[in-house]
Amino acid sequence: MDYSILIQVVVAGVATGGVYGLIALGFVLIYKATSILNLAMGEFMTLGAFICFTSLTIIHVPFYIAFFITIVFAVILGIVIETLILRPMIGEPVISVIMVTIGLGAILRGLMYMIWDPTYRTFPPIFPPKPLNLGFAVIPSGLLWGFIFALITTLVFIVIFKFSRTGVAMRATANDQQAALSMGVSVRGVFALSWSFGAIAAVIGGIVIGNISGIDIYMGDIGLAALSVIILGGLDSIGGAILGGFIVAILQNLAGLYIDPLIGGGAKEVAPFFIILLIIMIRPYGLFGKVTIERV
Amino acid sequence: MRCGDFKENYIDDEELFPSPFTKFWLALFFIFLIAFPFMANAHLLYIANMIGFAVIGAVGLNLLAGFTGQISLGHAAFIGVGAYTSAILVTRYGISFWLSIPLAGLVSALAGMVIGIPSLRVKGLYLCIATLAAQFIFGFTFVHWESMTKGITGIHIPPPAIGGFQFDTEKNFYWITLLFVILGVGYARNLVRSKMGRAFVAIRDRDLAAEIMGINLFRYKLSAFAISSFYAGVAGALWVSFLKVVTPEHFPFMLCIQYLAMVIVGGLGSVIGSIFGAVFMTLIPEILNVLSDMVKSYSPGMGKLIIPFKQVVFGSLIVGFLIFEPRGLAEIWSRIKKFFTLWPFSY
Repeated sequence: MDYSILIQVVVAGVATGGVYGLIALGFVLIYKATSILNLAMGEFMTLGAFICFTSLTIIHVPFYIAFFITIVFAVILGIVIETLILRPMIGEPVISVIMVTIGLGAILRGLMYMIWDPTYRTFPPIFPPKPLNLGFAVIPSGLLWGFIFALITTLVFIVIFKFSRTGVAMRATANDQQAALSMGVSVRGVFALSWSFGAIAAVIGGIVIGNISGIDIYMGDIGLAALSVIILGGLDSIGGAILGGFIVAILQNLAGLYIDPLIGGGAKEVAPFFIILLIIMIRPYGLFGKVTIERV
Repeated sequence: MRCGDFKENYIDDEELFPSPFTKFWLALFFIFLIAFPFMANAHLLYIANMIGFAVIGAVGLNLLAGFTGQISLGHAAFIGVGAYTSAILVTRYGISFWLSIPLAGLVSALAGMVIGIPSLRVKGLYLCIATLAAQFIFGFTFVHWESMTKGITGIHIPPPAIGGFQFDTEKNFYWITLLFVILGVGYARNLVRSKMGRAFVAIRDRDLAAEIMGINLFRYKLSAFAISSFYAGVAGALWVSFLKVVTPEHFPFMLCIQYLAMVIVGGLGSVIGSIFGAVFMTLIPEILNVLSDMVKSYSPGMGKLIIPFKQVVFGSLIVGFLIFEPRGLAEIWSRIKKFFTLWPFSY
């Protein structure tokens, strides 16, 4: 066995893992504050990638302005969706809330199909194309910059969450809504903000992935694969999302390397779902998730 | 003077056909169903068949999601398992179509039970994700297990037959569909008023409380998964025998959403609601098709937008019904009925 391929695959896995961690972070930020699993996350990603793409190719603005436009768009998207669609659903059973996010995903996907037709497009080059040579492995430029982007965004979110006033309010809400409310935290504000943060994480993930592998309206399926990350890490654990991202991406790449030849391709796409089933059967709350004890 | 329809004991209350009035209208409806193929053209019969398959699948999903409260995002996978089982049994092993339908249901039920195992430990979100994972794993299997499923080329299925009579046209197949719809709906309607049906509802409302009252969660949750998947398998097997071909593209994630939409739009926890939902959600694309044909003569580019527009309509229906009418068409129906029973003295 040639170990250089193995190392190469693992290194690529680490780089992809950063992006997975970022998307998973989007899920966790929303789940922690509002206890809603947003299954439209993949569509948020795709939408972000398309907004950035359109600003770059049609309005012809430089990348940093396109990036800024996308972020602003994500903030608005998060707030609008939270207020209009999710707020009336507070107190409804889990199945209804999940179905609302699925319906939302279908609406967004249909709208994107109507606005940008489903053809495959490559992103205009926004990062220097030179790959990084580590000596033992080579990282393609897209993966490298994606990793850096994801890392920076994740760090920014962690800093906000741990040290800022807003972050404290968000953590308080996640911990106990009633107590937070009585301490003067605007729980509604926190909900809207969490959705915005989740949307920001998703659109940045979308831009990065669009950059690596091109964009079409189906790229949001990666959002579903990222579910395996939060199941592994625990639905409400930020650290779990980041670590889980690396583990899933490495496992996925290894599956691509070792299992693909046995079954004739496609192992990479389906591996995250096997991971989900395995974890749910063995340790449903994930590595770091909160174990809930239910009382009648 | 007695005014209205009063139930004086539980046996009356649980009656399948509560009043002579219902019996009369149901009989009339049944006669209509029998007469329908002689009046309708091939396209209408095609839609009628599609509605039939949707009714079977939706009633099955409602038994799981609406009555037992277990979310399944993998219904398309179970439909697919049934479809492939029937197709493979008929084409490869030469088993008769009539035997292959219950077998397809059984294999689907088995798959459903395996996927249902996590429901014993986890619920809500986690169960939802587990079934979602199952959907993608089964979808992957349909494409890649080429020795059995023939991959993306799919399997061609001969039409079913009795003696020399071929069920190859829309009109002939209608009888098979009708038979299975009546069997399926009748069984579901009976199931929900039996011990098992009440156990399902108790699990939905509070599973821990149900367990304390002596309901065996293990048994009933797995039964719910098995029965629901059995329905899905039968629906899938009928559907592909009708289409005469099965490919992996017939069972995308979108199909799960479509079925969940039927159940939600129709009304969670209501058998008649699933029927309404199935009819409604099957007719909507047809109406959209007609509309787009009308628009097409003005602007030819519009025809391409029909597929995404369908998605937008489905999504909006799900979101809209969940926010504004969470109990679905069944609730609207019972409101209309109530209005007329008490009319004109509604107070």
